[in-house]
Amino acid sequence: MSTRLSKGGRLIDRSAPQEFSFNGKRLRGLSGDTLAAALLANDQMLLGRSFKYHRPRGLVAAGPEEPNAIVGLGRDGRFEPNQRVTTTELFDGLEAASQNHWPSLEFDVGVINNTLARFLPGGFYYKTFMWPRAAWKHVFEPIIRRSAGLGKAPTARDADRYEYTYSFCDVLVIGGGIAGLQAALVAGASGARVMLLEQSAHWGGRAPVDGEVIEGQPADVWINSTVQALAAMDNVTMRLRTMGAGVYDHGYVLAEEKISDTTPGDGRPKHRLWRIRASQIITATGAIERPLSFAGNDIPGVMLAGSVRDYVVNYAVSPGDRTVVVTNNDDAYRTAIALKQAGLAVPCIVDARASVTGDLPAKARAMGIRIEAGRAIAKVKGGKRVSGVSLCVQAGEGAVLEEISCDAVAMSGGWSPVVHLWSHCGGKLIWDKTHAHFRPDAARPPTGADGLAMVVPVGNANGAMTAADVLVDAAKGGQAAAMAAGFTVEAVAAVADAVSEADMEAVWIMPQGAGPALKAKMWLDYQNDVKVSDVQLAAREGYSSVEHTKRYTTLGMATDQGKLSNINGLAVLADALHEEIPQVGTTTFRPPYAPVTLGALAGESRGDIFQPLRKTPMHAWHEKNHAYFEPVGLWRRPYTFPRPGENHEQSVHREVLNTRSNLGLLDASTLGKIIVKGPDAGKFLDMLYTGVMSTLPVGKCRYGLMCTEQGFLSDDGVVARIDADTWLCHTTSGGADRIHAWMEDWLQCEWWDWQVYTANVTEQLAQIAVVGPNARKLLEKMGGMDVSKETLPFMQWADGTLGGFPVRIYRISFSGELSYEVAVPASMGLAFWEALHTAGAEFGAMGYGTEALHIMRAEKGFIMIGDETDGTIIPQDLNLGWAISKKKADFLGKRGQERNFLASPDRWKLAGFETLDGSVIQDGAYIPSAGKNANGQGNTQGRVTSTYHSPTLKRGIAMGLIKGGMDRLGDVVEFTTITGGVVKAKVVDPVFYDKDGEKQNV
Amino acid sequence: MSNVVSALGQVAFDGFAKVREIGPVGMISLRAKSDLPGLAAAILAAVGLGVPGQRQIEIAGDKAAGWMSPDEYLLLLPYAETNAALAAIAEALAGQHHLAVTLSDARAVFRVEGAKADQVLAKLSPVDFATLGPKELRRTRAAQVAAAFWKDGDGYTVVCFRSVAGYMMGLLSHSATKGSEVY
Repeated sequence: MSTRLSKGGRLIDRSAPQEFSFNGKRLRGLSGDTLAAALLANDQMLLGRSFKYHRPRGLVAAGPEEPNAIVGLGRDGRFEPNQRVTTTELFDGLEAASQNHWPSLEFDVGVINNTLARFLPGGFYYKTFMWPRAAWKHVFEPIIRRSAGLGKAPTARDADRYEYTYSFCDVLVIGGGIAGLQAALVAGASGARVMLLEQSAHWGGRAPVDGEVIEGQPADVWINSTVQALAAMDNVTMRLRTMGAGVYDHGYVLAEEKISDTTPGDGRPKHRLWRIRASQIITATGAIERPLSFAGNDIPGVMLAGSVRDYVVNYAVSPGDRTVVVTNNDDAYRTAIALKQAGLAVPCIVDARASVTGDLPAKARAMGIRIEAGRAIAKVKGGKRVSGVSLCVQAGEGAVLEEISCDAVAMSGGWSPVVHLWSHCGGKLIWDKTHAHFRPDAARPPTGADGLAMVVPVGNANGAMTAADVLVDAAKGGQAAAMAAGFTVEAVAAVADAVSEADMEAVWIMPQGAGPALKAKMWLDYQNDVKVSDVQLAAREGYSSVEHTKRYTTLGMATDQGKLSNINGLAVLADALHEEIPQVGTTTFRPPYAPVTLGALAGESRGDIFQPLRKTPMHAWHEKNHAYFEPVGLWRRPYTFPRPGENHEQSVHREVLNTRSNLGLLDASTLGKIIVKGPDAGKFLDMLYTGVMSTLPVGKCRYGLMCTEQGFLSDDGVVARIDADTWLCHTTSGGADRIHAWMEDWLQCEWWDWQVYTANVTEQLAQIAVVGPNARKLLEKMGGMDVSKETLPFMQWADGTLGGFPVRIYRISFSGELSYEVAVPASMGLAFWEALHTAGAEFGAMGYGTEALHIMRAEKGFIMIGDETDGTIIPQDLNLGWAISKKKADFLGKRGQERNFLASPDRWKLAGFETLDGSVIQDGAYIPSAGKNANGQGNTQGRVTSTYHSPTLKRGIAMGLIKGGMDRLGDVVEFTTITGGVVKAKVVDPVFYDKDGEKQNV
Repeated sequence: MSNVVSALGQVAFDGFAKVREIGPVGMISLRAKSDLPGLAAAILAAVGLGVPGQRQIEIAGDKAAGWMSPDEYLLLLPYAETNAALAAIAEALAGQHHLAVTLSDARAVFRVEGAKADQVLAKLSPVDFATLGPKELRRTRAAQVAAAFWKDGDGYTVVCFRSVAGYMMGLLSHSATKGSEVY
């Protein structure tokens, strides 16, 4: 069993016990524990179930590479699924629950026994997708959905806050082990701005666990003094609990800082996402130990040798009383020595190498530990916990020589440099035969904007595998990065005692001649249940590419992203394909290095500041008056102002009828307003609009259309001539920024020699439409300007003071009624709006929203950008040929409209529609025609574009596009309905109301 | 002018830095090429300051002149004085191609003050505060909206569009919340 040792533990505080729970069971750990260490100390080895077979799963590792021990943490608003216990710091009150089992962790009915497992081979998902077709939907998918899956998605709102922060530096060092510390020390000495990030809560990495001696003293001493030296440098920033997650173009790095994970609810952000721009990036990310592939290597109690050592040395936790060490290298002997020194039993070190030399084995031998060279584990015995191992000859097929009882197995297949961050942005790898691992190829680095290397790997991450080599390599890397960032410094390295280690031996299968029965129990990917036999099957079935094999078998596709399984898996694949490992290559390393919580990625963007909502100066009034808002771009505009007892349809109809018979007030502030000024402004507008604006007299307004170069209608609005060289262009609410950018694009990139300036004054002005038969009465009552038909006729504007407010009044109408649009400075918008309501009360003044606006414009047959247009419509389609100048030599869209498809008489054109029964045609309805097209779909001859119930006319009205357009007047056509029926409608003139325009012209 | 109100009515928030909305502030957008004859006279007449250099802002009391782009300047002055300033510009640049327009109401203005004010902004804008010049006008973004800011006294003056003033206040308050100091 696993337990807390009575002595030792460099990271724990025995005087500070912490209470936590696992699956509801109350347990005790110590301050400084990871959750993994605390669970082990409580003999909780079984922590989860695997994805596919629901096999019992225990701790394998002690860091972010952990594939098995993932749990749900917290509850309600602080519930987080899929959290690795190895990277979770323990705190008082922590709640954890295991995942992926039913009904309990100890007894899971979903366990697939070995007989059934053959029905879930590699490529299972693909095979069942393919055949038989019905089986996927009705048999496999429901079963897989129930059985597969790990954590559950949280159901409550996240109770925590998150944020970003942007940061800049010359040299960013990712990883705070001895390599990162040494590199930062050298780079810091150069005077460069240095940032040093460490994902865990402690500096120094695993050097102290490995018993390294630096500058003649235990590694801890050098680490502490170096941390102090760095902290004293003004140009160095250090962050613990901050994981470099991804390296992107031009030295951009994302890192996630854990702030209040252990103090939930203390008001601080939970996590912070650092967005760092660095001139140079040093990856001091260390190495990850590889498992060995022997039968039963997934049984709880089988752990990585280095991790066993971590638990013993850092947390004084023993994974077992009797631990068998199995290895192909010298490093694992450190584990045997550490266990022995902690007073635990190591019955045997099983070394796959035929001859065992080197300092560490000698030391182990001297301590009386039995070493079996040339041996292998034939099989691990046990169910939910290791009970023993049987030994065989590594060179053989697995005939059992001996059985040894034990409760833990510490395995080491060698170490793989963490090359993820080096690789994210294109760094290439080379195969190192000595250490049987991929390491960064210095000749093919990820490059920055200058084409030079932007990432410098150091230490273990660069394939330097002894402490002495690590420090020399890191100092050189620190110097190289500082110099590349424009600084100079000497590469002074601390000196570590050299420990001679014999070469490791690549061992991919144990024993090397294992037959199918053993290989079906050799796990490569613990979380996704991918075994040696699955990869070999994929190879036999023709999957020769490592990327295809990964997807086919799901190797490395679990939440740990194959940190333990990838190299072993591709070695097995290479062997099956009779190729060399470098020829097979690795799968692609993509960010993030380890999972980053979605909250951190969202940052501050949630709740009220999820996205910017644009508000007019009158927004608060609208809210107070119960406006129902609709989004218009990022604006929120009142759709209607329902009164008590009204539904939206009723309130919209009330607003329409009141505006047509009394007085309506519309907040039109969102309307785009762009000033265009200069000697060439007239020429410029003549190019932008399809009509002529240069001839517009000062004081007058003209409706205009803008098209894209392709000829499609892009925006519309009324243009006012302000003075000799100044125009004001109104755009649609959604088009203001786009059209302003469009203008600047042409002025800056194409017609840069034209003397024209533009200014977007949209938000400078609040604009209010005063609409209806009583509109003039209200403005006259406000007083200060002559708004008579004679002085201010239709399509003119005037500046003045109205009721004490500085205003510009445009006599324009989008409703067909007598209408004034009044612009005031935005700071006075609310006061003016309220003044109009007060003064207008006696005339029946009533606010109206966008839906009433839409209905009234449809009653008048006015088109709406976005309703009648969709990016494929030209003005001619909408019978707007009158707004297109025939005289002008050129305008944007002219040549586009001359292309034969756009000039074709067969295009669908605008017409009005009235249903025979008075009903409203459904949104999106088509007008079918006879026959089918080449794809077997029914032919169509038109579609509806705007359709409403007209409260004025008391029946359905619609505009739409139909082949033949206004030539079809009087025809009765059929529109589809969503339920498959049809509704008959007559083709009519789209101007349903006041065709002669008498009402707006009074 | 009793009807004149800033976008948020001068709301304030006290976190590890102080955030307050300070509008309305008078603003004129002046578009003109830097070599336009009379430009210096126009800016001097409008706000009493020299032509700001690239990415710079000249400040004197409640007036300032900032460089916005190779052919755009931002003039700041008391809200009530914009019309007089426009007239002065028109006179100085008579017959010269330029565009001057009041944008006081199109903007919202905030102050972020305190020893750690830069941390509030560093959470929202990709700006290197260590290299931000003492007279630098930084056009950037704050989270999802356009923004500009410069250092003035013991804090920063932040400008954004009026319609998103509420969003900006939300951003600044969230970032300035006590306990979320970065350093």
